[in-house]
Amino acid sequence: MITVARLIAAKDLRVERRSKIVTNQVLPFAGITMVSFAFALDKQNVLDTVAPGLVWLATMFSLLVIVQRTFAIETDDGALDAMRVAGVDPRAIFVGKAMALGFQLLVLEAMLFGAAVIFYGESIPSNNAFGSVVLLVTTMLSATCGLAAVGTLYGGLAAGFKGSETLLPLLTLPAVAPVLIGATKAVESAVGTSGAVVSEGWQWVGLLTLFAVAAVVGGALAFGPLIDD
Amino acid sequence: MTTIEPAKAEHETARQSALPSQRSTATRGTRIIGIVAVVALGWLVAFGLGFSPADRDQDESVRILYVHVPTIWLAYLAFVVTAVSSAMYLFSKKKSLGWDRAAGASAEIGVTFVAVTLAVGAMWGRLTWGVFWQWDARLTTTALLFVTYIGYLAVRRLGGSHEQRAKRSAVLGMIAVVEIPLVHFSVKMWRSLHQEATVANLDGDTKMDGLMLFSLFVGVIAFTLLYVWLMLHRTRSMAMEDLLEERGLDEALAVRRAEAAETATAATSAPPTATMKSGSDS
Repeated sequence: MITVARLIAAKDLRVERRSKIVTNQVLPFAGITMVSFAFALDKQNVLDTVAPGLVWLATMFSLLVIVQRTFAIETDDGALDAMRVAGVDPRAIFVGKAMALGFQLLVLEAMLFGAAVIFYGESIPSNNAFGSVVLLVTTMLSATCGLAAVGTLYGGLAAGFKGSETLLPLLTLPAVAPVLIGATKAVESAVGTSGAVVSEGWQWVGLLTLFAVAAVVGGALAFGPLIDD
Repeated sequence: MTTIEPAKAEHETARQSALPSQRSTATRGTRIIGIVAVVALGWLVAFGLGFSPADRDQDESVRILYVHVPTIWLAYLAFVVTAVSSAMYLFSKKKSLGWDRAAGASAEIGVTFVAVTLAVGAMWGRLTWGVFWQWDARLTTTALLFVTYIGYLAVRRLGGSHEQRAKRSAVLGMIAVVEIPLVHFSVKMWRSLHQEATVANLDGDTKMDGLMLFSLFVGVIAFTLLYVWLMLHRTRSMAMEDLLEERGLDEALAVRRAEAAETATAATSAPPTATMKSGSDS
Protein backbone atom coordinates (compact mmCIF):
# COMPACT_ATOMS: atom_id res chain seq x y z
CA MET A 1 0.00 0.00 0.00
CA ILE A 2 2.83 2.37 0.91
CA THR A 3 4.49 1.83 -2.50
CA VAL A 4 1.26 2.66 -4.32
CA ALA A 5 0.72 5.68 -2.06
CA ARG A 6 4.23 6.93 -2.85
CA LEU A 7 3.62 6.46 -6.57
CA ILE A 8 0.37 8.46 -6.36
CA ALA A 9 2.08 11.20 -4.33
CA ALA A 10 4.97 11.31 -6.83
CA LYS A 11 2.47 11.47 -9.72
CA ASP A 12 0.62 14.42 -8.12
CA LEU A 13 3.87 16.28 -7.46
CA ARG A 14 5.05 15.55 -11.02
CA VAL A 15 1.79 16.96 -12.40
CA GLU A 16 2.35 20.06 -10.28
CA ARG A 17 6.00 20.38 -11.37
CA ARG A 18 4.89 20.34 -14.99
CA SER A 19 1.75 22.46 -14.72
CA LYS A 20 3.01 24.81 -11.95
CA ILE A 21 -0.58 25.73 -11.02
CA VAL A 22 0.10 25.82 -7.27
CA THR A 23 3.41 27.61 -7.75
CA ASN A 24 2.10 30.21 -10.18
CA GLN A 25 -1.40 30.72 -8.78
CA VAL A 26 -1.89 29.43 -5.21
CA LEU A 27 1.35 30.77 -3.70
CA PRO A 28 0.73 34.30 -5.08
CA PHE A 29 -2.89 34.01 -3.86
CA ALA A 30 -1.64 33.18 -0.33
CA GLY A 31 0.82 36.09 -0.53
CA ILE A 32 -1.85 38.57 -1.60
CA THR A 33 -4.10 37.29 1.21
CA MET A 34 -1.36 38.15 3.74
CA VAL A 35 -0.96 41.62 2.22
CA SER A 36 -4.75 42.12 2.22
CA PHE A 37 -4.90 41.28 5.93
CA ALA A 38 -2.31 44.03 6.52
CA PHE A 39 -4.41 46.50 4.49
CA ALA A 40 -7.54 45.60 6.46
CA LEU A 41 -5.97 45.74 9.92
CA ASP A 42 -3.61 48.63 9.20
CA LYS A 43 -1.97 48.82 12.63
CA GLN A 44 1.43 47.31 13.44
CA ASN A 45 0.53 46.47 17.06
CA VAL A 46 -2.64 44.66 15.90
CA LEU A 47 -0.67 42.77 13.25
CA ASP A 48 1.93 41.71 15.85
CA THR A 49 -0.84 40.19 17.95
CA VAL A 50 -2.81 38.45 15.23
CA ALA A 51 0.01 37.40 12.85
CA PRO A 52 0.05 33.67 13.87
CA GLY A 53 -3.70 33.44 13.30
CA LEU A 54 -3.46 35.19 9.93
CA VAL A 55 -0.77 32.77 8.75
CA TRP A 56 -3.02 29.79 9.52
CA LEU A 57 -6.09 31.50 8.10
CA ALA A 58 -4.22 32.12 4.82
CA THR A 59 -3.16 28.43 4.94
CA MET A 60 -6.80 27.32 5.31
CA PHE A 61 -7.94 29.43 2.33
CA SER A 62 -5.07 28.14 0.22
CA LEU A 63 -5.80 24.57 1.34
CA LEU A 64 -9.26 24.83 -0.23
CA VAL A 65 -7.79 25.98 -3.54
CA ILE A 66 -5.11 23.25 -3.56
CA VAL A 67 -7.65 20.53 -2.71
CA GLN A 68 -9.89 21.69 -5.58
CA ARG A 69 -6.88 21.49 -7.88
CA THR A 70 -5.65 18.11 -6.65
CA PHE A 71 -9.05 16.49 -7.28
CA ALA A 72 -9.70 18.36 -10.52
CA ILE A 73 -6.75 16.52 -12.08
CA GLU A 74 -8.35 13.21 -11.03
CA THR A 75 -11.93 13.85 -12.07
CA ASP A 76 -11.39 15.72 -15.35
CA ASP A 77 -10.38 12.56 -17.21
CA GLY A 78 -12.05 10.07 -14.87
CA ALA A 79 -8.65 9.14 -13.43
CA LEU A 80 -10.08 8.44 -9.96
CA ASP A 81 -12.60 5.98 -11.42
CA ALA A 82 -9.86 4.44 -13.55
CA MET A 83 -7.70 3.86 -10.47
CA ARG A 84 -10.62 2.22 -8.65
CA VAL A 85 -11.45 0.05 -11.65
CA ALA A 86 -7.77 -0.93 -11.84
CA GLY A 87 -8.12 -2.23 -8.29
CA VAL A 88 -5.96 0.39 -6.56
CA ASP A 89 -6.51 0.29 -2.80
CA PRO A 90 -8.55 3.42 -1.84
CA ARG A 91 -6.48 3.76 1.33
CA ALA A 92 -3.37 4.03 -0.88
CA ILE A 93 -5.09 6.71 -3.00
CA PHE A 94 -6.02 8.59 0.18
CA VAL A 95 -2.55 8.38 1.73
CA GLY A 96 -0.81 9.22 -1.57
CA LYS A 97 -2.94 12.26 -2.28
CA ALA A 98 -2.67 13.40 1.35
CA MET A 99 1.14 13.08 1.19
CA ALA A 100 1.34 15.22 -1.97
CA LEU A 101 -1.10 17.75 -0.50
CA GLY A 102 0.87 17.82 2.77
CA PHE A 103 4.13 18.48 0.94
CA GLN A 104 2.58 21.38 -0.99
CA LEU A 105 1.10 22.76 2.25
CA LEU A 106 4.48 22.64 4.00
CA VAL A 107 6.05 24.68 1.19
CA LEU A 108 3.14 27.12 1.39
CA GLU A 109 3.41 27.45 5.19
CA ALA A 110 7.16 28.10 4.98
CA MET A 111 6.45 30.87 2.49
CA LEU A 112 3.68 32.33 4.67
CA PHE A 113 5.91 32.37 7.77
CA GLY A 114 8.53 34.13 5.66
CA ALA A 115 5.87 36.65 4.61
CA ALA A 116 4.90 37.16 8.28
CA VAL A 117 8.54 37.92 9.12
CA ILE A 118 8.84 40.41 6.25
CA PHE A 119 5.39 42.08 6.31
CA TYR A 120 4.33 41.72 9.97
CA GLY A 121 7.76 41.95 11.64
CA GLU A 122 7.45 38.55 13.37
CA SER A 123 10.64 37.00 14.81
CA ILE A 124 11.87 34.07 16.91
CA PRO A 125 12.60 35.15 20.52
CA SER A 126 16.36 35.14 21.09
CA ASN A 127 16.17 33.86 24.70
CA ASN A 128 14.95 30.37 23.66
CA ALA A 129 15.51 30.28 19.90
CA PHE A 130 16.12 26.50 19.68
CA GLY A 131 12.97 25.62 21.65
CA SER A 132 10.91 28.05 19.58
CA VAL A 133 12.14 26.60 16.27
CA VAL A 134 11.47 23.01 17.43
CA LEU A 135 7.95 24.00 18.55
CA LEU A 136 7.32 25.85 15.28
CA VAL A 137 8.48 22.95 13.08
CA THR A 138 6.55 20.35 15.13
CA THR A 139 3.42 22.50 14.97
CA MET A 140 3.74 22.86 11.20
CA LEU A 141 4.22 19.10 10.72
CA SER A 142 1.35 18.00 12.98
CA ALA A 143 -1.04 20.69 11.70
CA THR A 144 -0.16 19.86 8.08
CA CYS A 145 -0.91 16.14 8.61
CA GLY A 146 -4.38 16.99 9.97
CA LEU A 147 -5.13 19.54 7.25
CA ALA A 148 -3.95 17.24 4.45
CA ALA A 149 -6.03 14.31 5.74
CA VAL A 150 -9.23 16.33 6.16
CA GLY A 151 -8.69 18.15 2.85
CA THR A 152 -8.17 14.88 0.97
CA LEU A 153 -11.18 13.23 2.58
CA TYR A 154 -13.63 16.04 1.82
CA GLY A 155 -12.00 16.78 -1.54
CA GLY A 156 -12.68 13.16 -2.54
CA LEU A 157 -16.24 13.40 -1.28
CA ALA A 158 -17.06 16.57 -3.21
CA ALA A 159 -15.01 15.73 -6.33
CA GLY A 160 -16.90 15.55 -9.58
CA PHE A 161 -20.21 16.87 -8.28
CA LYS A 162 -21.98 20.03 -9.31
CA GLY A 163 -21.41 22.68 -6.64
CA SER A 164 -18.31 20.98 -5.18
CA GLU A 165 -16.47 24.35 -5.19
CA THR A 166 -18.94 25.75 -2.65
CA LEU A 167 -19.51 22.53 -0.75
CA LEU A 168 -15.81 21.98 0.02
CA PRO A 169 -15.36 25.09 2.26
CA LEU A 170 -18.65 24.35 4.03
CA LEU A 171 -17.44 20.86 4.94
CA THR A 172 -13.75 21.56 5.49
CA LEU A 173 -13.60 24.79 7.49
CA PRO A 174 -15.69 23.63 10.49
CA ALA A 175 -13.80 20.32 10.51
CA VAL A 176 -10.36 21.99 10.63
CA ALA A 177 -11.37 24.51 13.33
CA PRO A 178 -9.33 22.58 15.97
CA VAL A 179 -6.24 22.92 13.72
CA LEU A 180 -6.81 26.65 13.29
CA ILE A 181 -7.16 27.17 17.05
CA GLY A 182 -4.37 24.78 18.11
CA ALA A 183 -1.82 25.81 15.48
CA THR A 184 -2.43 29.52 16.13
CA LYS A 185 -1.95 29.07 19.88
CA ALA A 186 1.19 26.95 19.40
CA VAL A 187 2.76 29.48 17.02
CA GLU A 188 1.88 32.30 19.41
CA SER A 189 3.90 30.44 22.04
CA ALA A 190 6.78 29.83 19.60
CA VAL A 191 7.11 33.49 18.59
CA GLY A 192 6.21 34.89 22.03
CA THR A 193 3.03 36.78 21.06
CA SER A 194 1.62 38.76 24.02
CA GLY A 195 4.22 37.27 26.40
CA ALA A 196 3.38 33.60 25.61
CA VAL A 197 6.18 31.14 26.39
CA VAL A 198 7.32 28.02 24.50
CA SER A 199 6.23 25.57 27.24
CA GLU A 200 2.59 26.68 26.82
CA GLY A 201 2.62 25.63 23.17
CA TRP A 202 3.21 21.90 23.65
CA GLN A 203 -0.31 21.13 24.92
CA TRP A 204 -1.61 22.53 21.61
CA VAL A 205 0.82 20.35 19.67
CA GLY A 206 -0.67 17.42 21.61
CA LEU A 207 -4.13 18.42 20.39
CA LEU A 208 -2.87 18.84 16.82
CA THR A 209 -1.24 15.39 16.93
CA LEU A 210 -4.43 13.81 18.28
CA PHE A 211 -6.42 15.49 15.52
CA ALA A 212 -3.92 14.39 12.86
CA VAL A 213 -4.01 10.75 14.00
CA ALA A 214 -7.84 10.76 14.08
CA ALA A 215 -8.04 12.45 10.66
CA VAL A 216 -5.51 10.12 8.98
CA VAL A 217 -6.99 6.90 10.42
CA GLY A 218 -10.62 8.02 9.94
CA GLY A 219 -9.87 9.36 6.46
CA ALA A 220 -8.13 6.17 5.32
CA LEU A 221 -11.10 4.08 6.49
CA ALA A 222 -13.81 6.41 5.12
CA PHE A 223 -12.24 7.31 1.77
CA GLY A 224 -13.07 3.97 0.09
CA PRO A 225 -16.85 4.06 0.72
CA LEU A 226 -16.93 7.77 -0.19
CA ILE A 227 -15.40 7.43 -3.66
CA ASP A 228 -16.69 3.91 -4.37
CA ASP A 229 -20.01 4.93 -5.94
CA MET B 1 -54.85 4.49 -35.35
CA THR B 2 -55.24 1.26 -33.48
CA THR B 3 -51.47 1.10 -32.86
CA ILE B 4 -51.51 4.47 -31.04
CA GLU B 5 -54.16 3.47 -28.47
CA PRO B 6 -51.95 1.08 -26.41
CA ALA B 7 -49.22 3.76 -26.23
CA LYS B 8 -51.72 6.27 -24.84
CA ALA B 9 -52.93 3.73 -22.34
CA GLU B 10 -49.34 3.02 -21.27
CA HIS B 11 -48.73 6.75 -20.86
CA GLU B 12 -51.82 7.14 -18.68
CA THR B 13 -50.89 4.13 -16.54
CA ALA B 14 -47.37 5.50 -16.03
CA ARG B 15 -48.74 8.93 -15.08
CA GLN B 16 -51.07 7.42 -12.54
CA SER B 17 -48.40 5.12 -11.12
CA ALA B 18 -46.18 8.17 -10.47
CA LEU B 19 -48.63 9.36 -7.86
CA PRO B 20 -47.89 8.10 -4.36
CA SER B 21 -50.38 5.50 -3.22
CA GLN B 22 -50.76 7.30 0.10
CA ARG B 23 -51.24 11.06 -0.12
CA SER B 24 -50.72 11.81 3.58
CA THR B 25 -47.85 11.07 5.95
CA ALA B 26 -50.24 10.97 8.90
CA THR B 27 -51.55 7.87 10.61
CA ARG B 28 -53.71 7.42 13.68
CA GLY B 29 -50.53 7.06 15.78
CA THR B 30 -48.89 10.25 14.50
CA ARG B 31 -52.13 12.19 15.01
CA ILE B 32 -52.24 11.10 18.65
CA ILE B 33 -48.54 11.98 19.15
CA GLY B 34 -49.13 15.34 17.43
CA ILE B 35 -52.08 16.19 19.68
CA VAL B 36 -50.16 15.16 22.80
CA ALA B 37 -47.16 17.25 21.61
CA VAL B 38 -49.38 20.33 21.15
CA VAL B 39 -50.89 19.81 24.62
CA ALA B 40 -47.39 19.41 26.10
CA LEU B 41 -46.20 22.60 24.36
CA GLY B 42 -49.23 24.43 25.77
CA TRP B 43 -48.33 22.99 29.16
CA LEU B 44 -44.77 24.30 28.69
CA VAL B 45 -46.11 27.78 27.87
CA ALA B 46 -48.26 27.70 31.03
CA PHE B 47 -45.41 26.57 33.28
CA GLY B 48 -42.62 28.49 31.52
CA LEU B 49 -44.40 31.83 31.28
CA GLY B 50 -46.94 31.53 34.11
CA PHE B 51 -46.42 29.19 37.04
CA SER B 52 -42.61 29.10 37.36
CA PRO B 53 -41.03 31.97 39.31
CA ALA B 54 -38.59 34.60 38.01
CA ASP B 55 -34.94 33.96 38.87
CA ARG B 56 -33.14 35.92 41.59
CA ASP B 57 -30.24 36.87 39.30
CA GLN B 58 -31.56 36.37 35.75
CA ASP B 59 -35.06 37.73 36.50
CA GLU B 60 -37.63 36.97 33.75
CA SER B 61 -34.99 35.98 31.18
CA VAL B 62 -34.69 32.58 32.89
CA ARG B 63 -37.90 31.59 31.07
CA ILE B 64 -35.93 31.46 27.81
CA LEU B 65 -33.99 28.50 29.22
CA TYR B 66 -37.12 26.30 29.17
CA VAL B 67 -36.77 26.33 25.37
CA HIS B 68 -32.98 26.79 25.10
CA VAL B 69 -31.98 23.73 27.16
CA PRO B 70 -34.50 21.14 25.85
CA THR B 71 -33.86 22.07 22.20
CA ILE B 72 -30.09 21.57 22.49
CA TRP B 73 -30.54 18.28 24.37
CA LEU B 74 -32.89 17.08 21.64
CA ALA B 75 -30.44 18.30 18.98
CA TYR B 76 -27.67 16.20 20.56
CA LEU B 77 -30.04 13.25 20.62
CA ALA B 78 -30.98 13.90 16.98
CA PHE B 79 -27.32 13.87 15.88
CA VAL B 80 -26.65 10.68 17.83
CA VAL B 81 -29.69 9.12 16.09
CA THR B 82 -28.18 10.28 12.77
CA ALA B 83 -24.85 8.62 13.61
CA VAL B 84 -26.48 5.37 14.82
CA SER B 85 -28.78 5.20 11.78
CA SER B 86 -25.79 5.88 9.51
CA ALA B 87 -23.86 3.04 11.15
CA MET B 88 -26.88 0.76 10.82
CA TYR B 89 -27.06 1.54 7.10
CA LEU B 90 -23.34 1.06 6.49
CA PHE B 91 -22.82 -2.08 8.53
CA SER B 92 -26.11 -3.93 8.08
CA LYS B 93 -26.29 -6.57 5.36
CA LYS B 94 -29.70 -5.43 4.10
CA LYS B 95 -28.61 -1.76 3.49
CA SER B 96 -32.16 -0.55 4.03
CA LEU B 97 -32.75 3.01 2.80
CA GLY B 98 -35.07 3.41 5.82
CA TRP B 99 -31.96 3.88 7.99
CA ASP B 100 -30.66 6.53 5.58
CA ARG B 101 -33.96 8.42 5.66
CA ALA B 102 -34.04 8.21 9.48
CA ALA B 103 -30.49 9.65 9.58
CA GLY B 104 -31.40 12.49 7.20
CA ALA B 105 -34.68 13.33 8.93
CA SER B 106 -33.02 13.34 12.35
CA ALA B 107 -30.22 15.63 11.10
CA GLU B 108 -32.74 18.07 9.63
CA ILE B 109 -34.65 18.25 12.92
CA GLY B 110 -31.37 18.49 14.86
CA VAL B 111 -30.22 21.44 12.73
CA THR B 112 -33.58 23.17 13.27
CA PHE B 113 -33.35 22.63 17.02
CA VAL B 114 -29.75 23.95 17.13
CA ALA B 115 -30.94 27.04 15.21
CA VAL B 116 -33.66 27.56 17.84
CA THR B 117 -31.08 27.06 20.62
CA LEU B 118 -28.71 29.62 19.08
CA ALA B 119 -31.50 32.15 18.43
CA VAL B 120 -33.03 32.01 21.93
CA GLY B 121 -29.54 31.73 23.46
CA ALA B 122 -28.56 34.98 21.72
CA MET B 123 -31.66 36.66 23.20
CA TRP B 124 -30.78 35.33 26.65
CA GLY B 125 -27.16 36.48 26.19
CA ARG B 126 -28.31 40.00 25.30
CA LEU B 127 -30.45 40.17 28.46
CA THR B 128 -27.93 38.55 30.81
CA TRP B 129 -24.45 39.22 29.43
CA GLY B 130 -25.38 42.40 27.53
CA VAL B 131 -24.30 40.98 24.15
CA PHE B 132 -25.89 38.62 21.62
CA TRP B 133 -22.74 36.55 21.14
CA GLN B 134 -19.57 35.68 23.02
CA TRP B 135 -16.67 33.59 21.70
CA ASP B 136 -17.13 31.12 24.48
CA ALA B 137 -16.31 27.41 24.22
CA ARG B 138 -19.89 26.17 24.37
CA LEU B 139 -21.20 28.76 21.91
CA THR B 140 -18.37 28.22 19.46
CA THR B 141 -18.78 24.43 19.57
CA THR B 142 -22.53 24.76 19.03
CA ALA B 143 -22.04 27.13 16.08
CA LEU B 144 -19.53 24.71 14.50
CA LEU B 145 -21.92 21.82 15.13
CA PHE B 146 -24.63 23.76 13.32
CA VAL B 147 -22.42 24.47 10.30
CA THR B 148 -21.10 20.87 10.22
CA TYR B 149 -24.62 19.42 9.97
CA ILE B 150 -25.63 22.02 7.38
CA GLY B 151 -22.72 20.57 5.39
CA TYR B 152 -24.10 17.08 6.02
CA LEU B 153 -27.51 18.15 4.68
CA ALA B 154 -25.80 19.73 1.63
CA VAL B 155 -24.03 16.42 0.93
CA ARG B 156 -27.40 14.64 1.01
CA ARG B 157 -28.48 16.89 -1.86
CA LEU B 158 -25.41 16.26 -4.05
CA GLY B 159 -27.38 14.07 -6.43
CA GLY B 160 -26.89 10.56 -7.75
CA SER B 161 -28.84 7.45 -6.84
CA HIS B 162 -30.48 6.93 -3.47
CA GLU B 163 -27.84 4.33 -2.59
CA GLN B 164 -25.01 6.78 -3.44
CA ARG B 165 -26.66 9.43 -1.28
CA ALA B 166 -27.10 6.93 1.56
CA LYS B 167 -23.49 5.74 1.51
CA ARG B 168 -21.91 9.22 1.27
CA SER B 169 -24.08 10.74 3.96
CA ALA B 170 -23.72 7.70 6.25
CA VAL B 171 -19.92 8.06 6.18
CA LEU B 172 -20.19 11.80 6.79
CA GLY B 173 -22.79 11.32 9.56
CA MET B 174 -20.35 9.09 11.42
CA ILE B 175 -17.38 11.43 10.86
CA ALA B 176 -19.39 14.45 12.03
CA VAL B 177 -20.31 12.85 15.33
CA VAL B 178 -16.63 11.97 15.97
CA GLU B 179 -15.65 15.55 15.18
CA ILE B 180 -17.90 16.90 17.95
CA PRO B 181 -15.69 15.85 20.92
CA LEU B 182 -12.54 17.03 19.10
CA VAL B 183 -14.01 20.43 18.29
CA HIS B 184 -15.51 20.71 21.78
CA PHE B 185 -12.18 19.80 23.43
CA SER B 186 -10.24 22.33 21.34
CA VAL B 187 -12.56 25.25 22.03
CA LYS B 188 -12.82 24.26 25.70
CA MET B 189 -9.02 24.56 25.93
CA TRP B 190 -9.26 27.83 24.01
CA ARG B 191 -11.62 29.71 26.34
CA SER B 192 -14.81 29.26 28.37
CA LEU B 193 -17.43 31.66 29.68
CA HIS B 194 -20.66 29.64 29.46
CA GLN B 195 -21.89 28.38 32.83
CA GLU B 196 -21.28 24.74 33.76
CA ALA B 197 -24.13 22.24 33.53
CA THR B 198 -26.68 22.80 36.28
CA VAL B 199 -28.82 19.71 35.74
CA ALA B 200 -26.67 17.27 33.75
CA ASN B 201 -23.60 17.57 35.97
CA LEU B 202 -21.50 14.66 37.19
CA ASP B 203 -21.89 15.24 40.94
CA GLY B 204 -25.66 14.59 40.73
CA ASP B 205 -26.48 17.75 42.71
CA THR B 206 -29.13 19.75 40.84
CA LYS B 207 -28.83 23.37 41.96
CA MET B 208 -32.27 24.53 40.82
CA ASP B 209 -35.66 25.55 42.24
CA GLY B 210 -38.20 22.67 42.19
CA LEU B 211 -40.81 24.41 40.02
CA MET B 212 -38.15 25.66 37.61
CA LEU B 213 -36.78 22.12 37.31
CA PHE B 214 -40.31 20.82 36.69
CA SER B 215 -40.87 23.46 33.96
CA LEU B 216 -37.61 22.35 32.34
CA PHE B 217 -38.83 18.75 32.57
CA VAL B 218 -42.07 19.78 30.85
CA GLY B 219 -39.97 21.41 28.11
CA VAL B 220 -37.97 18.22 27.60
CA ILE B 221 -41.17 16.13 27.35
CA ALA B 222 -42.81 18.61 24.92
CA PHE B 223 -39.80 18.87 22.62
CA THR B 224 -39.21 15.09 22.72
CA LEU B 225 -42.79 14.52 21.55
CA LEU B 226 -42.31 17.17 18.88
CA TYR B 227 -39.10 15.44 17.75
CA VAL B 228 -40.82 12.06 17.52
CA TRP B 229 -43.76 13.56 15.61
CA LEU B 230 -41.47 15.39 13.17
CA MET B 231 -39.29 12.29 12.70
CA LEU B 232 -42.26 10.11 11.77
CA HIS B 233 -43.63 12.62 9.29
CA ARG B 234 -40.26 13.51 7.76
CA THR B 235 -39.10 9.92 7.26
CA ARG B 236 -42.44 9.14 5.58
CA SER B 237 -42.31 12.23 3.38
CA MET B 238 -38.71 11.32 2.43
CA ALA B 239 -39.88 7.81 1.52
CA MET B 240 -42.60 9.35 -0.67
CA GLU B 241 -40.09 11.72 -2.30
CA ASP B 242 -37.80 8.75 -3.08
CA LEU B 243 -40.75 6.81 -4.47
CA LEU B 244 -41.85 9.76 -6.55
CA GLU B 245 -38.34 10.18 -7.99
CA GLU B 246 -38.18 6.49 -8.93
CA ARG B 247 -41.67 6.45 -10.42
CA GLY B 248 -41.08 9.83 -12.02
CA LEU B 249 -38.17 8.33 -13.94
CA ASP B 250 -40.27 5.31 -14.94
CA GLU B 251 -43.04 7.65 -16.05
CA ALA B 252 -40.67 9.78 -18.11
CA LEU B 253 -39.30 6.65 -19.80
CA ALA B 254 -42.83 5.40 -20.52
CA VAL B 255 -43.84 8.76 -22.00
CA ARG B 256 -40.75 8.90 -24.24
CA ARG B 257 -41.39 5.28 -25.38
CA ALA B 258 -45.03 6.16 -26.09
CA GLU B 259 -43.96 9.18 -28.13
CA ALA B 260 -41.45 7.08 -30.06
CA ALA B 261 -44.11 4.43 -30.74
CA GLU B 262 -46.55 7.15 -31.84
CA THR B 263 -44.00 8.66 -34.23
CA ALA B 264 -43.10 5.25 -35.64
CA THR B 265 -46.76 4.40 -36.19
CA ALA B 266 -47.46 7.74 -37.84
CA ALA B 267 -44.45 7.30 -40.14
CA THR B 268 -45.49 3.81 -41.25
CA SER B 269 -49.18 4.75 -41.79
CA ALA B 270 -48.46 8.06 -43.62
CA PRO B 271 -48.80 8.24 -47.46
CA PRO B 272 -45.48 7.89 -49.35
CA THR B 273 -45.67 11.48 -50.70
CA ALA B 274 -45.96 12.95 -47.19
CA THR B 275 -42.99 10.87 -46.00
CA MET B 276 -40.91 12.07 -48.97
CA LYS B 277 -41.91 15.67 -48.29
CA SER B 278 -40.97 15.29 -44.65
CA GLY B 279 -37.67 13.75 -45.68
CA SER B 280 -36.86 16.57 -48.11
CA ASP B 281 -37.72 19.18 -45.41
CA SER B 282 -35.29 17.66 -42.97
